Amino acid sequence: MNAEPPGDCPGCGAPQPAVPDQGARLGRRAFLERLSVGLVAACAAIVGVPIIGFVVAPLFKRPPETWRTVGRTGDFEVGKTVSVTFEDSSPLPWAGVTARAAAWLQRRSEADFVAFSVNCTHLGCPVRWMPEAKLFLCPCHGGVYYADGEVAAGPPPRPLFRYDVRVWNGLVQVKSAPIPIATGL
Amino acid sequence: MKRLLARTWGWLDGRIGLSALIGPSLRHLIPVDARWWYVFGSATLVAFIVQVATGVALAFAYVPSAGQAFDTLRFITNGTPFGNFLRGMHYFGASAMVLMVGAHMVQTFLFGAYKYPREMNWTTGVLLMAFTLVMGFTGQLLRWDQTAAWSVIVAAEQLGRVPLIGGWLAQLTFGGTTLGGATLSRFFVVHVFVMPGLIFLFIGLHLWLVLRHGVSEPPVPGQPVEEATYTKIYEEKLKRTGVPFWPDGAWRDVVFGTALVIVIAVLARFLGPPPVDKPPDPSVLQANPRPDWYLLWYFAVLALIPPRIEGVVMIAAPVLIGGFLFLAPILANQGERHWSRRPWSVGFVILGLATVGSLWLEGARSPWSPNFEAKPLSAATVASKLPPVVAGAQLFYSKACLNCHLIDGFGGRRGPDLTRVGDRLTRADMIIRIMNGGTNMPAFGNDLLPAEVDDLVAFLQSRRIGAEPAGRSVESSARTTPISLPGGRRGNN
Repeated sequence: MNAEPPGDCPGCGAPQPAVPDQGARLGRRAFLERLSVGLVAACAAIVGVPIIGFVVAPLFKRPPETWRTVGRTGDFEVGKTVSVTFEDSSPLPWAGVTARAAAWLQRRSEADFVAFSVNCTHLGCPVRWMPEAKLFLCPCHGGVYYADGEVAAGPPPRPLFRYDVRVWNGLVQVKSAPIPIATGL
Repeated sequence: MKRLLARTWGWLDGRIGLSALIGPSLRHLIPVDARWWYVFGSATLVAFIVQVATGVALAFAYVPSAGQAFDTLRFITNGTPFGNFLRGMHYFGASAMVLMVGAHMVQTFLFGAYKYPREMNWTTGVLLMAFTLVMGFTGQLLRWDQTAAWSVIVAAEQLGRVPLIGGWLAQLTFGGTTLGGATLSRFFVVHVFVMPGLIFLFIGLHLWLVLRHGVSEPPVPGQPVEEATYTKIYEEKLKRTGVPFWPDGAWRDVVFGTALVIVIAVLARFLGPPPVDKPPDPSVLQANPRPDWYLLWYFAVLALIPPRIEGVVMIAAPVLIGGFLFLAPILANQGERHWSRRPWSVGFVILGLATVGSLWLEGARSPWSPNFEAKPLSAATVASKLPPVVAGAQLFYSKACLNCHLIDGFGGRRGPDLTRVGDRLTRADMIIRIMNGGTNMPAFGNDLLPAEVDDLVAFLQSRRIGAEPAGRSVESSARTTPISLPGGRRGNN
C-alpha cells in the first residue's frame, strides 16, 4: 500500500500512531470494520424484519366475530342451562376439532337467552354446569359460579364472561368471539 | 487390518485435526477428589442427547397440524414398531433431564461452585434450567390431547395477567385469539427449533466455561474463596494432584450416564409414555387438565395463593426467584464454599426442596378441585331409614355438596370432611352455613326450598358418633331457627 498523509481520521478514536504509514492503514481498517459491521446489520435487518413481522402478525389481526347458529329456539327449555357447540371465530382449514368452541346457553324466558363462556375467569379451564345444584364448577383450581355467572367461591377474579346471543328467524345464534383473557393483575 | 485402520485414522486426523482440537480438552486436569458428586452435569447432557435422538425419531412421523397431530400421536403409539417405546424414552428422558438439572443445581450450589471465578457457569446453568422447563411444558403440549389444549389456554390466561402487554402475549401464545390451527405450529417451532437451538448454544458456552475455569474442587471448611488468590491456589493444586479428565474422571460420568439411559429405557418399556387420551376438542367440557409431574407443584401454587395477590404472585414470583438465582453468584461470589459454613444456603436449599415437594404432593392430591366422580351415597353410608335423612342424603349428592365434602371417605376434599359434622355444629349453625355459604362455599339460600334445607340438615345432624339424642325431631328444631337470607348476593332464580 502506498503511504498516505496522516490526515483527520474521523471516528478513528485511537491515539495517533508514531508511524504515519500505520496511521493511514488504521484509518482504512476502521472504515472497513464499520463497513462490515454495518453491512452485517443491514443483512440482519433484511432477514429479521420480515421474520419478526411474520411471527407477531397475530397481534395486528382484528379479532373476528361471527354469529353462529347453535339451534332452534324450540330446542331450548326455559329455565335450563345446556352446553352448545359451535365453530370458533377464526377457524383455519387444518384446525380440525380445535376449531370447535362451546358455551353454556341459558334460556331464562321465552325471549331471554344468556350464553356464558365455558372458560373459568381464573385461568381458563372449562367450567361444568351442575344442573341440580345450579352451579358452575371448575375442575382445575376449584372456582365456583352461581347460575348468573357471579363468583360463588374459589379464586376466579370476576364473573364468567358472556357471549352475545340473538334469536334470528327462530334460530338461536351465539356471536363467536376470542377466548376471553382476564388481563391485568 | 488394524494397521490399515490406524493409518486411515492418522490420515483423517491429520487433515481434520480432531485430536488436536479435542485432545487437550479431554486431558485437562481435574481435581483428584471430584468424584461421584460431579456426575449430574454430564447426566443432564446424556438425558438431553437422549431427547434429541428420540425427538428427531418421533418427528419422522409427527405432523404438527392442529387437526392431525393427535391422530399421528395415536399412529406413533399404536401403529409403528418402537413408536410407543420411543415416546416413553422421550417422556422419561424429559423427566430425567429435569431431575438431573435439579440435582446438578443443588450440588453446585451446596459445594459453592458458583463462586469466583465460576459465576457465569452458574448463570448459564440457570438459563439452561429455565429452557429445560420450557421444553417440558411445550413438549407436553405437543401431545396435543385434551389436557394439552386446556394447558395452552391456561398458559395464555397466565400471560394475560402480565401488566400492559398481557393481552398481546396471550395472542402470541394462541397465534390469534382462539385455540386453533395456528397454535400448535407455534409450540412445535419453540419445542423443536428455538429451544433446542438455545440449549445447544448455552451447553456449548457452559462447557467452554467449565474448561476455562476448571472443575471446582470439593470445598474444605475454612478455605474461603478470595478473588486475589483463588486461581493461583487452584492451579497449583491441580498441578500437584490433578488427574486428566479422560479417563480418570470421565469413567464415572459414563457409568452414571449409562445407568441413567438404562433406567429411562426400562421405564419406557414397562411403564410406557402417557396414554393418548382424548382429542384436543375445546367443546368437550368433561375435562380435568393437569400438567405433567414436573409442573404439578406450580399447578398447586395457582390454586393455593390467595386470589387477591394472585396476579402479583404469578408475575412477581418467577421474576424474584429467577432474579435470586441470577444474583446468587454476584451477591456472594467469595468466602466460604463448604456447606457447613453456609447455613443460609443450606436453609435456602431445604426451604426450596420442601416448598416444591409439599406443593407437589398437594398438586397430586389437588383437594381444591371438586370431585366430579362422586356417586350418590350408598344406603350403608347413609345408615338411616328415616325419610328426612334419606332425602337429605339424596340432596347432598344432587346439590353438589358431595363434590366438595367427604362423607365416610366418599366425595370431594374441597371443603371440610362432614363425616362427623353432627357432633360439631348445631342445626342453627348448619342452616346459616348452607343458606349463606362461607369462605369458599357457595350460598344455597336462593336454590333450596325450606323443606329441602330441613332434609339436608337432618342428614347432616345424623352424621355423628352414636345415635341422635331422642326428642330432637327434625321438624321442631329446624323451625325454631330463623332462616337467614344470604347476605351480599342478589337472587335471580
